[in-house]
Amino acid sequence: MLNHNPLWRYLVVVLVLLVGTLYALPNLYPEDPAIQVTATRGGDVQQDSLVLLQQRFEAENIPLKAIELQDGQLLARFNNTEDQLRAREVVSRALGGNYVTALNMAATTPDWLAAIGASPMNLGLDLRGGVHFLMAIDMQTALDTQLEDLAQVFRADLREARIRFRGIDADTERGIVTLQFRNSEDTAAARSLIGQDRDMDISTGPVEFSLQVGMSEARVAEIREYALQQNITIIRNRVNEIGVAEPIVQRQGERIIVQLPGVQDTARAKEILGATATLEFRLVDDNVDLNDALAGRVPPSAELYYDRDGRPVVLQRRVMLTGDRITGANSSFDEYGRPQVNISLDAQGGNMFSQATRDAIGRGMATVFIEFKPTEEIGPDGNPVLEKIEEVINVATIQARLGRSFRITGINNPGEAHNLALQLRAGALLAPIQIIEERTIGPSLGRENIELGQTAIMYGLVAVLIFMVLYYRGFGLIANAALVVNLVLIVGVMSMIPGATLTLPGMAGIVLTVGMAVDANVLIFERIREELRDGRSVQQAIHHGYDKALSTIADANVTTLIAALILFGVGTGPIKGFAVTLMIGIVTSMFTAIVGTRLLVNMIWGGRRVQSLPI
Amino acid sequence: MIGFNFQTTINFMKLKIPALILSSILIVASLGLITTKGLNWGLDFTGGTVIEVGYQRDADLSAIRSVLADEGFPDAVVQYFGSSQEVLIRIGPRDDIEQVTLGEQILSLLDQQDADTVDMRRIEFVGPSVGAELKEQGGLATLAALICIMIYVAFRFEWRFALGAVAALAHDVILTVGLFSLLGLEFDLTVLAAVLAVIGYSLNDTIVVCDRIREGFLRIRESSPIEVVNESLTGTLSRTFITSLTTILVLLVLFFKGGALIHGFATALLFGVVIGTYSSVYIASSTSLLLGISREDLMPPPVEKEGENTEPLI
Repeated sequence: MLNHNPLWRYLVVVLVLLVGTLYALPNLYPEDPAIQVTATRGGDVQQDSLVLLQQRFEAENIPLKAIELQDGQLLARFNNTEDQLRAREVVSRALGGNYVTALNMAATTPDWLAAIGASPMNLGLDLRGGVHFLMAIDMQTALDTQLEDLAQVFRADLREARIRFRGIDADTERGIVTLQFRNSEDTAAARSLIGQDRDMDISTGPVEFSLQVGMSEARVAEIREYALQQNITIIRNRVNEIGVAEPIVQRQGERIIVQLPGVQDTARAKEILGATATLEFRLVDDNVDLNDALAGRVPPSAELYYDRDGRPVVLQRRVMLTGDRITGANSSFDEYGRPQVNISLDAQGGNMFSQATRDAIGRGMATVFIEFKPTEEIGPDGNPVLEKIEEVINVATIQARLGRSFRITGINNPGEAHNLALQLRAGALLAPIQIIEERTIGPSLGRENIELGQTAIMYGLVAVLIFMVLYYRGFGLIANAALVVNLVLIVGVMSMIPGATLTLPGMAGIVLTVGMAVDANVLIFERIREELRDGRSVQQAIHHGYDKALSTIADANVTTLIAALILFGVGTGPIKGFAVTLMIGIVTSMFTAIVGTRLLVNMIWGGRRVQSLPI
Repeated sequence: MIGFNFQTTINFMKLKIPALILSSILIVASLGLITTKGLNWGLDFTGGTVIEVGYQRDADLSAIRSVLADEGFPDAVVQYFGSSQEVLIRIGPRDDIEQVTLGEQILSLLDQQDADTVDMRRIEFVGPSVGAELKEQGGLATLAALICIMIYVAFRFEWRFALGAVAALAHDVILTVGLFSLLGLEFDLTVLAAVLAVIGYSLNDTIVVCDRIREGFLRIRESSPIEVVNESLTGTLSRTFITSLTTILVLLVLFFKGGALIHGFATALLFGVVIGTYSSVYIASSTSLLLGISREDLMPPPVEKEGENTEPLI
């Protein structure tokens, strides 16, 4: 008998090799130091900014490699990081505060490769430098606040329903509100009133005529989810302020991961992430003439503000309500299909608002968004000086006396309503957030790690290649070809999967894979040797060797895959990277060792009568 | 052909009992060490702050220590990391200071102390709650891996093999962790990853051996279980040697060339691979034998193996 390759084997191997190589290719092109400019508030960078920057770079004698506008962003490439850093100064000075300038390493993937979606591997922060934060939300505070508010609501509701009570207290430790009444009628009436809200768990208290009310599990889950979403929104907005090319804000359970590649100045990043935003509602002061105000004649009871388009508006100095009273805000459509924002307040806020709007029907009410942003200036305490930025984000006319929930209508488009709702929520931080883990890798260490990883992979590969040739001779060369292809495939697959990130432990995983990947071939070759020793013919030995080793290889690899999968499940950042390369390596090595080498072996020795094998 | 050529069956199982006794002693010693001496938990598990800085020339550790002590950090651990120009400073979790900004604080202290600028290489801060969680998760992950693997092996082979395989894996994990306790090496997340990789590797070995034993039982009808096991172990011995050798080769490269950050990782794997090779020969197969593995246990399911005995190709 002879061992021939079926057609499918040729096709599969050639196809896999081709695709793997194509997608691995972009990693060979070095990255350019670049600057990425984006307009704040989601606008586009225009052509005139590009021309302006070109002129400035020329004036400052900074050689420019390329500059282009893409998807409303501007990308300027430079020859070295020194030029890049100088250029950033130039850009900040030239364009000013309405643009965010970020340092970036731009890929130089040629167009024909980019056209098929090929791009270099994502590098983890331990390889490219940058900051990783893990942030936890103080859920207890969020729940406590809600509980205190609940007690307030009960007081107001019971009073309104003329049910008399002796006391209502929020017990934050046990997560319940206790209500004490004078007699059983009041108790029963209160129970049925509160019971109308299905989100409340009501039980009879230990003392006579008392009730204990807790929030239902669904309600608690809702509050937690809301606090989480709110914080993610806020962080996303703020991260854009930091000026990072590819920031990652990701949810991990009830925590938030923030990754800022390339950021060195962690102090500034923390300031920005921790900056507080707040919100104020104020009445528009109609008694002041706008022209007078612009000329500087503003009465002491009023203040001049600007909206985001720079239009002036005079507001009363007295604040109707602050943002911490807001418990929720979302955008929707009114009965005529026009966009609107629904806002709900806590009990006290509802009372205050109702007082403040009683005599103000028909007047304008402005929403002022206040943010504290760190500036370039450093204060005496070593921290950046915070600048208070106030901006009118909406002016609405009060249609009726407003209470605990109201809505803002007359918004131009759904997008704007959505943004307003986001900002309202951001201004009313429900649960404070804190950094519980930080990992910062300096750029020099990142570069060193890449070099270390590369050297380790290279030496490891060479050592195994030499060993295999010495031990198996001709068949060793075949195993070596499989090993090299395996490495290319790992890189190709890593580049193809968008979520896969190469980390230092990941590179260690590749080294380990190099050592372990030959195992499948060793199993096969040892089988072939055995078959030969047992007196089988060359062709039978090849056939049996591959066949018998197959199930062993599959079993051995599946179990390793299980271990890698579990590692992936529990690991964080770098460890996940290790698990990913290990898993990919297992799959690709099985392919190259079983299908790939068999193709070669059959091509070389399978098609003719040979008396012995170089094994 | 060069290489190992084991023509005659080696009587591995002659040493079955001494090997089991030796392993038992080592396991008890490791567990004793882990419970009494404990592990040198890394930052990932204890929480705290680690700062790695680079100097232009050799760093003066005692000067750094005294500066830190003067500024209220007498408990800071200061040591070289990788080379004498890189310094690692470790500060345990503390309640009295703002941990989040500790890194920057230390960095500016060192900057003032030294004429040249100090290069920030790495700052890591882990909150104490995160560390405790990771410890728990790490332990659970290892357990989950062992259980999943046991189920798979029981499903694919037989429960005696499954118990044997898991006994071998637990043996490897306990001895590797024991070594870290004995030498006082830092046990961090990368080491945990290495331990799980050891599980994967050792298992690989064990499966190959089990597979061969199963095949041996089906092929050699007249032999006793011990003879079959010996025969199978001899059959896989050269493969075991070569794979261990190539793996150890690359691990040596990682150990010497991989840098300080993955030193622990390489150490754990190197030790684990050696132990794992031993355990798949002695622990896995001896345990299966002691549990009374026999030819009948393996007969019913593997139909495809039966067909191969008839040698249709001759």
